[in-house]
Amino acid sequence: MKAILTVLGHDQVGIVAKVSTKLAELDVNIIDISQTLMHDNFTMMMMVTWDDATNFDTVKDSLSELGKATGLDIRIQREEIFDAIQKL
Amino acid sequence: METNSILETIQMISEEKLDIRTITMGISLFDCIDSDGEKARQKIYNKLMTKAKNLVKVADQIESEYGIPIVNKRISVTPISLIAAASGDKDYVAYAKTMDKAATELGIDLIGGFSALVQKGYQSGDVKLIQSIPRALTETSRVCGSVNVGSTRSGINLDAVGQMGQVVKDLAKVDPVNCMSLVIFANAVEDNPFMAGAFHGVGEADCVINVGISGPGVVKSALEHVKGQPIDVVSETIKKTTFKVTRMGQFVGDLASKALGVPFGIVDLSLAPTPNEGDSVAEILEEIGLESVGAPGTTAALALLNDAVKKGGVMACEHVGGLSGAFIPVSEDAEMIRAVTAGNLNIEKLEAMTAVCSVGLDMIAIPGDTTAETISGMIADEAAIGVINNKTTAVRIIPATGKKVGDEVEFGGLFGKAPVMAVNTNSPANFIHRGGRIPAPIHSFKN
Repeated sequence: MKAILTVLGHDQVGIVAKVSTKLAELDVNIIDISQTLMHDNFTMMMMVTWDDATNFDTVKDSLSELGKATGLDIRIQREEIFDAIQKL
Repeated sequence: METNSILETIQMISEEKLDIRTITMGISLFDCIDSDGEKARQKIYNKLMTKAKNLVKVADQIESEYGIPIVNKRISVTPISLIAAASGDKDYVAYAKTMDKAATELGIDLIGGFSALVQKGYQSGDVKLIQSIPRALTETSRVCGSVNVGSTRSGINLDAVGQMGQVVKDLAKVDPVNCMSLVIFANAVEDNPFMAGAFHGVGEADCVINVGISGPGVVKSALEHVKGQPIDVVSETIKKTTFKVTRMGQFVGDLASKALGVPFGIVDLSLAPTPNEGDSVAEILEEIGLESVGAPGTTAALALLNDAVKKGGVMACEHVGGLSGAFIPVSEDAEMIRAVTAGNLNIEKLEAMTAVCSVGLDMIAIPGDTTAETISGMIADEAAIGVINNKTTAVRIIPATGKKVGDEVEFGGLFGKAPVMAVNTNSPANFIHRGGRIPAPIHSFKN
């Protein structure tokens, strides 16, 4: 399963660490990462993959829990949707 | 990883309210016909429960994994007037209740197809179905009905037009809100996924998945970047934007069709507004340069929008169908409501707009004392626009019983609220009571 993870919110210490720790716990591999600050807003995108045996909702739910705990907007979407709209 | 395009897509969904308005499963009921009505209804129930068993689950899964909202899950069926005709039942309310029961148990939002096609005349089932409409739509919560009263090939059935004016009145007498479940069509299409007018046409396969997309906010937002530029740029921008929006529809339809093991029918690339701010077709027209929707120029701007939506969308998906264009339902569009309330938009202008966009006089509340003949006159006018221009038109109006111009009717949720609009009170009664059929129009000498 290949997916795009986006994290948006106020910049704070340890965002990358917290998100990647959670991903490691879930056995999710990061294959690309991009991070920037836009008007003090932290914006991070990760391309991630994991074994199909792990349910999508399991990954999604634990990431949104992390999002709630840290006050960040964390979403995860399967990669194909971006290709569908942006590529021919 | 192309971060800009990822951000653009996320913005389209979260801020500009791009969504899949509906995944509609079309199901043929021809194999449920039985001379015993009870048996027919049992077969209908069984078929709906079998074919659509996983529809909601699959749609929810797609929504969760891809992060694209799928607002409604719906079913359309073969017009019940054709299915029930063999049964000898005296009225067809029980069929509507069977549809409602299945839809409720399946978790489906709406089920369409309590319909009759009478553009040229009535068969026995059509008569009974139309008589059953007021009770059927009152005693169920998810059933939608439609009646096709005209077509370019056969003209306009004035008897049906006259009858439907009364049906709308009868329906409103119980509760005006019920009227939003009934559409009166000319040139109805057989693969429309949008309600209340969806039914599964006789030429369709046994079971198909049709998808209706939406995204007025995305178009509006794209147009904000081309302020003051020539109208050609506006058209190009709309085309490019609707191309992207429609790709989403194609993608989701493919996923749903594979997951359900059902062929993918069509994408209906309509701009369907909701009462939410920033999800309005009227706002697009105003972004094109009108002070308010309803101003002179509105029809031209809408014609450009409707045409550019089709041009952008047709290349983006395998099969386009349904109504495909821009919808202008008054109650479902926050900016339309504002324009009506401010006196900037009247029914006559809306009628002109229906000549160049998809569908017609939609979700418009009119005074409760409007006569059945006047409503029939409005239906006849819309049908004439459709029949002569070779396009689909429809009427979904709500006589607001006990209310007058300036009052409001509240529908709730996606359906919004409608300010009661003034209607010309000169009577068309003698015209409507003539009955008969307006002949099909000539297809040459067009001026």
